[in-house]
Amino acid sequence: MKVVADFAKCTGLGICESLLPDRFEVGAGGEVVLLRQDVAEEDRAAVEEAVAGCPTMALRLEP
Amino acid sequence: MNPVEHLVVVGASLAGLRAVEAARRAGFTGTVTLVGAETHAPYDRPPLSKAFLDTAQRPYPPEVPWLRAPDSFTSELDVGLVLGEPATGIDVTAQAIQTSTGEIGYDALVVATGARARMLPGTEALAGVHGIRTLDDARAVRRALDAGARTVVVGAGFIGSEVASAARRRGLPVTVVEALPTPLARAVGGLAGTALATLHERNGTQLLCGAGVRAVEGSDHVERVVLDDGTVLVADLVVVGIGAEPATGWLDGSGIELGNGVVCDETLASSVPGIYAAGDVARWMNPVFGRSQRIEHWTSAAEQGAAAARNAIAPDRATAYATVPYFWSDWYDSRIQFAGSADAEEVRLVDGDPMTGGRWIVLYRERERLVGALTVNGQTEIMKYRRMIGAGATWQAGLDLAAARRASPPAEAWFPRASDPDGRPSRAEGHPRSVQPAAVRPDRPLR
Repeated sequence: MKVVADFAKCTGLGICESLLPDRFEVGAGGEVVLLRQDVAEEDRAAVEEAVAGCPTMALRLEP
Repeated sequence: MNPVEHLVVVGASLAGLRAVEAARRAGFTGTVTLVGAETHAPYDRPPLSKAFLDTAQRPYPPEVPWLRAPDSFTSELDVGLVLGEPATGIDVTAQAIQTSTGEIGYDALVVATGARARMLPGTEALAGVHGIRTLDDARAVRRALDAGARTVVVGAGFIGSEVASAARRRGLPVTVVEALPTPLARAVGGLAGTALATLHERNGTQLLCGAGVRAVEGSDHVERVVLDDGTVLVADLVVVGIGAEPATGWLDGSGIELGNGVVCDETLASSVPGIYAAGDVARWMNPVFGRSQRIEHWTSAAEQGAAAARNAIAPDRATAYATVPYFWSDWYDSRIQFAGSADAEEVRLVDGDPMTGGRWIVLYRERERLVGALTVNGQTEIMKYRRMIGAGATWQAGLDLAAARRASPPAEAWFPRASDPDGRPSRAEGHPRSVQPAAVRPDRPLR
């Protein structure tokens, strides 16, 4: 699986970065930078939490 | 304890919806009922004072920020929706809540009734006076702005300031009236509150501090706001943003301990077994600060809703909910973000100049610990501080991070003066400019 960002929705609120800083970081442009997109099965729950935690619903998991 | 077969969630906004979603995600197969006072399906509140009012949005007017697609409540969540029915009471012995039309029994209950916007007494009958908490409020405010309203915002808080920003973006005249001498002193401290207020001045919003409202006048529709000093402000729209009170009236006398919200332990459990609380209505013991807190932020509402539901359906395996509070606000072209606590012995500008419109950062110290951080246009920085605060980082570690990533030197005009008549001992250690920082009381402007 991989995690994908919708940059039309992302406004860089950074909840994802505070949960998983090795995967997400708000960049100088004010949008999330995906440091790593692949999601192993054992990381899935943590990434799902970041997806659910996004106030602008800008993250999703794709097969 | 018998297994939970019927989970009832009272309050159909963010915390309540997240409770339902989390229960299902945790594998709960029993009956779930979501009870809401408003007739609307769950919607998201932060956009109501931001994008929802913004004429630059396409399409305009923007659509309602629904939290879920309408058909997914049945197809994905299998939840019974009871909308337009405020809960009016509860019998904790019989395990049943009362609504305006009947009773609903429960095995486990999540209270997520939120908070109610405080209004100015005596203005109920006057058209054009609105809070901005509900979708109906936001629609009314938008209609008034669309009609070119001259706006008075009562209360210089975050939501009122966002409405002022939206009005100015349309080129409309707006005045913000604040009863206290410094805006946002309780939320972010006096130094940051004073610094944030400069955003209003620089964007053409008139800000009157230390100004009480004597009367809001008009025949059917509001026409003017009269201040305590006799100043008259002509107004077609008055937006009241003077805070909110936890919606616990329906729990009075129920046996559930109340006190500025539903009093909860670390696991969001109330004083009555089987009853949990989440969101604006919950005052729980936050392990991060070892303090009982009631927080009205999006992030904690979402997370508490999920945590409360998980604990409610499996109380034997209940886990603590701990968080570093976080909120954001958008004023004009600036993004304001705050993490942690503003209840601090020292507040210090560590990056930038609030007067220039770029990025600036304020940190908060309590004893030797970094407890809070406020950034303006610092999206790349705030979460680094939030993680540090959660990890119990020292004040010095916060100063070191600020120094290492500094965009521009902190403006000296915002430093506390050694001669500050604060009466508290000054401390010089670790200060970037060796200026003697008098301990700062957050309720007082420094300039």
